[in-house]
Amino acid sequence: MAEIKPRIKLDKKEAKKGDLVEVKALVQHVMETGQRKDAQGQTIPRKILNKFTCTVAGKQVFAADFEPAVSANPYIQFKFKATESGPVVLTWTDDDGSKIVGEESIKVT
Amino acid sequence: MIVRYTRRGALARSAGALALAAFGTISLAHAANDSADLIKKFTGGKQASEGKVKLDLPEIAENGNTVPMTVSVESPMTEQSYVTEVLVVGDGNPNGGMATFHFTPLSGAAEANTRIRLAATQNITAVAKMNDGSFYTASKQVKVTIGGCGG
Repeated sequence: MAEIKPRIKLDKKEAKKGDLVEVKALVQHVMETGQRKDAQGQTIPRKILNKFTCTVAGKQVFAADFEPAVSANPYIQFKFKATESGPVVLTWTDDDGSKIVGEESIKVT
Repeated sequence: MIVRYTRRGALARSAGALALAAFGTISLAHAANDSADLIKKFTGGKQASEGKVKLDLPEIAENGNTVPMTVSVESPMTEQSYVTEVLVVGDGNPNGGMATFHFTPLSGAAEANTRIRLAATQNITAVAKMNDGSFYTASKQVKVTIGGCGG
């Protein structure tokens, strides 16, 4: 499988200390629920991204646990408070343990 | 294998199909999933008060496959007072759990948006846990038009 590249957008690249920065991220994934059956009547095994975390300069600012009720190609939008410059790392963890990682950066003045 | 199509056999089969169909609708109507249990587990049996939580969902979702949902909680989000977790459940899906959001004082705002799947018309409930151990909740019903006729 080709490596999945998440699409990440910060509403600002540079922020003043204390500003809120909005993050929007979209990642391609089937998010198979484990409820559906294929043409042969076999249950299609569950395969979802069950965990999402976001760290800024190494500190966790937001995380989420996803259930099968989250739509395919999960979209997530959240905010964080700009405190220090550094990489903004978004990580999605698959049921099979593999990870999808995307990175942006923020400059705090 | 030789299949002998008899009148009796056909009757038996259609009766079976009918029984199955009836059972199917009954089990759907009573789709009591684990959402209430999940809330109880999340709050540890404590009563969650109404308010502070805002659930933003469409009144009617034509396509239940992807319904935008925003949950926000009123909070100063400081070290002293912030929202730690928000649980979102729905009572009409095969599984009650939808998503859990984890916040820290660095989040700045207790607000998150994602897209969810809704199998049928149902009530969505969000429960927020504050750092002082109190709980707040909000619910909203979303009507789902399956088949996307626009109702």
